[in-house]
Amino acid sequence: MTQLVWNGLFVGSFYALVALGYSMVYGIIKLLNFAHGDLYMLGAFVGFAILGAVGGVSSSMALPLLLVVLLATMVLTGLAGVALERIAYRPLRRAPRLSLLITAVGASFALEYGMRAAAGADPRVYPVRLGGTSVEVLGARLTLQQLVLVGVAVVLMIGLNLLITRTREGRAMRAIALDPRTSSLMGIDVNAVISRTFFLGSALAGAAGVMAGAYYGKIDFLMGFLIGLKAFTAAVIGGIGNIPGTMLGGLLLGLLESFGTFWLGGEWRDVFAFGVLILFLTVRPTGLLGERVTERV
Amino acid sequence: MSLLSVEDLRLSFGGLLAIDGLTFSVGEAEIVSVIGPNGAGKTSAFNCVTGFYRPSSGRITLRGKDLPGLRPSAIAGLGVARTFQNLRLFGELSVLDNVRAGSHLWLRQSVFDALLHTPRYRRSERECTEQAHHWLDFVGLSGDRYSEARNLPYGEQRLTEIARALARRPDLLLLDEPAAGLNHGEKAEMLDLIRRIQALGVAIVLIEHDMGLVMEVSERVVVLNFGKEIADGRPEDVRRNPAVIEAYLGSDAHA
Amino acid sequence: MTGTTKVRRVGAAKPPTRASKLLQNRWAGIAGLLIALLAPFVNASGYALSVMTSAAIFVMLAAGLNIVVGYCGLLDLGYVAFFAVGAYTSGVLSTRLDLPLLVTVPAVIVVTVIAGIIIGAPTLRLRSDYLAIVTLGFGEIIRITANNLDVTGGPSGIYGIPHLTDSPVVFYYVTVVIVSLAVLGAARLGRSRLGRAWRFVREDEDAAEAMGVHTYRVKLAAYIAGAVWGGLAGVLFAAQLSAISPTSFTFLQSALVLMAVVLGGMGSIPGVVIGAVVISILPEILRDLADYRFFIFGVLLIAVMILRPQGLWPSRSKEVS
Repeated sequence: MTQLVWNGLFVGSFYALVALGYSMVYGIIKLLNFAHGDLYMLGAFVGFAILGAVGGVSSSMALPLLLVVLLATMVLTGLAGVALERIAYRPLRRAPRLSLLITAVGASFALEYGMRAAAGADPRVYPVRLGGTSVEVLGARLTLQQLVLVGVAVVLMIGLNLLITRTREGRAMRAIALDPRTSSLMGIDVNAVISRTFFLGSALAGAAGVMAGAYYGKIDFLMGFLIGLKAFTAAVIGGIGNIPGTMLGGLLLGLLESFGTFWLGGEWRDVFAFGVLILFLTVRPTGLLGERVTERV
Repeated sequence: MSLLSVEDLRLSFGGLLAIDGLTFSVGEAEIVSVIGPNGAGKTSAFNCVTGFYRPSSGRITLRGKDLPGLRPSAIAGLGVARTFQNLRLFGELSVLDNVRAGSHLWLRQSVFDALLHTPRYRRSERECTEQAHHWLDFVGLSGDRYSEARNLPYGEQRLTEIARALARRPDLLLLDEPAAGLNHGEKAEMLDLIRRIQALGVAIVLIEHDMGLVMEVSERVVVLNFGKEIADGRPEDVRRNPAVIEAYLGSDAHA
Repeated sequence: MTGTTKVRRVGAAKPPTRASKLLQNRWAGIAGLLIALLAPFVNASGYALSVMTSAAIFVMLAAGLNIVVGYCGLLDLGYVAFFAVGAYTSGVLSTRLDLPLLVTVPAVIVVTVIAGIIIGAPTLRLRSDYLAIVTLGFGEIIRITANNLDVTGGPSGIYGIPHLTDSPVVFYYVTVVIVSLAVLGAARLGRSRLGRAWRFVREDEDAAEAMGVHTYRVKLAAYIAGAVWGGLAGVLFAAQLSAISPTSFTFLQSALVLMAVVLGGMGSIPGVVIGAVVISILPEILRDLADYRFFIFGVLLIAVMILRPQGLWPSRSKEVS
């Protein structure tokens, strides 16, 4: 039982990290960035490349090194996200929604198969694996690495939340989310803020990618597809566009999946998750913490 | 019995009362104007009547049938057509296709007619096109009917929208600021058009800021201010109503 | 744009360009059909025939998705689900009950209509972007379900599905005829009252609703029509390969059909047909670029949306209806 809870929270923290980027971008420009899951994949590969360049890693140094790599990856993936927005999304900001969505699908494809062309179709083995001493807490077996990864995720999420609620930058983001035109009249550089939003969201996805690589040990060019869908589900459960809601949604989806898998069997895990998504969208499309949007005019 | 009757209509968004007790009625083939300063709740009232908003309380009936709770399309089916304050044409479709939309409820053709191109299909398509041309002629649209609607000049887009609503052959037509943005000559034509629509036996509710047009064409005028109804009467009475003057000129006028 | 002249037209007079445009459209269709019919005389190797048959089936898929995306403006990212439902329904019925493939067609239509309603009814009330991702989720659900169930043969799928005919050439011609009828049917639907309502919904849902279009029902109709087209394409697919497995029905397949529709021109029948032929035949010609082809498709999708959102062969129905 506690094992199921812990497993759920562990996977859920990954979902939450990826979902945050989805949610932030949606909150600010109302775009479902289909390519977001692929930025997670990109992060995993960037981390892979950096680790490969650094060379062999002794397992005693694994953790500190991994943190450095994590930061570097976050910066690079963040920049990739900014570039994606500049090239693919910005020219279409005033275009019909359908065009933007199709562009996002194209971006997802380009990232996935661009990576496949660059790194090959076969899974790559991550050059670093965290050693696993496990501890028993309340009947659940959890490993040190899991604790560290959850810790990193929590630190990143707290940092993000502080950034959004306490800083000028965060205020600007929230202002644009409410009304981009007025914001620009008030002297906010809308493009710059959107770029930074993409940077932050992509950086978080990249971090999750490296962590997933280090934890699961294998990465491939399609690894972002499923988690992208799951992250979207998490964002919807919590209330898309709502940061604390999204974190909650990620954890909740992790828990639901953990229990759902236990009852239904592993092969139905994804079906269960999408079922939850559809149920939520039908019954409560604004999510748990999302506010009701006033009807159209 | 009046055609449309609105009784004590209230509408709130969250805590904000957009409409706070609106009552008026429209008889067959009558022209009633709803006026008031920006934000007074005029368009919200239209949206309540046409089913886009659900009123918080109050009654709206068309020939005795309750409207709130029906889909906008169902209300359209009862004989109500409208235009929008900010033109809502199908921009990428041709002018003619826009007006064909008005015939949607009249056309009797099944999917099988369409797949097999039965005589019934051909007949109904021909009729639909003829109707569309008829109503475009009626509103006096002279521009290219085969070009995309968004490429028309503004005034002609207004006319197209009205033609589309007329092709519905409604009993009640709601016009939301039809003269906004029109030049002097176009306004005169609009006035004439509104009268000709009335002559077809169509009742019209008009939201309009151009007082000249309103006073000229309306049989009755309803005045809204901050969601509250402050006057309802013949144009010349409303014009002299102190509450109306105050709403338009501000309370400073008395000081 | 309609012709070069801007003549004032009054009354029900037909524009001079209309007949010629219609003719052009019809000629394009006849030319396409002729090319398809004559192709086996150029190359009738087994390989060429199978590529051409697959291309024809792909055209049918694109014509079906075009109803949903092109006409009605609903982004469906799980369209392959209906392809799978059709293929599996006819596959299961024909192998388990020993029915000839043709006999399964009515069942396929019924099942795909039901599938269309099950998937469409809850999702079509949603905002367009939510719809896209939910359909994606449904596509995955169908595939995973086929993968997990016994009746669908699990991961190895169903094999031994009876062919429609023993000769690949005859089957190719049968396919071409069926696909042509499907394309014609989609085009006719698009020009009808229902098809116009689809476009009204695409352009402006509120305005459509105000004109008496029950937007939800109309969207559901588009979805169901798309489902039936996809399901029937699935029957052809099962008949062609005689074996189906979940790997044929991945998101990749949905995305490729979408690409055909977008590339050719959403809402344009000739565009969509050409788009589908290009997407399905090009990789066979450019074998050397196999590693890059999906990457190129992705980049193309972005480029088309930014530079030429109407597609390579845009819809003419906008100007001449």
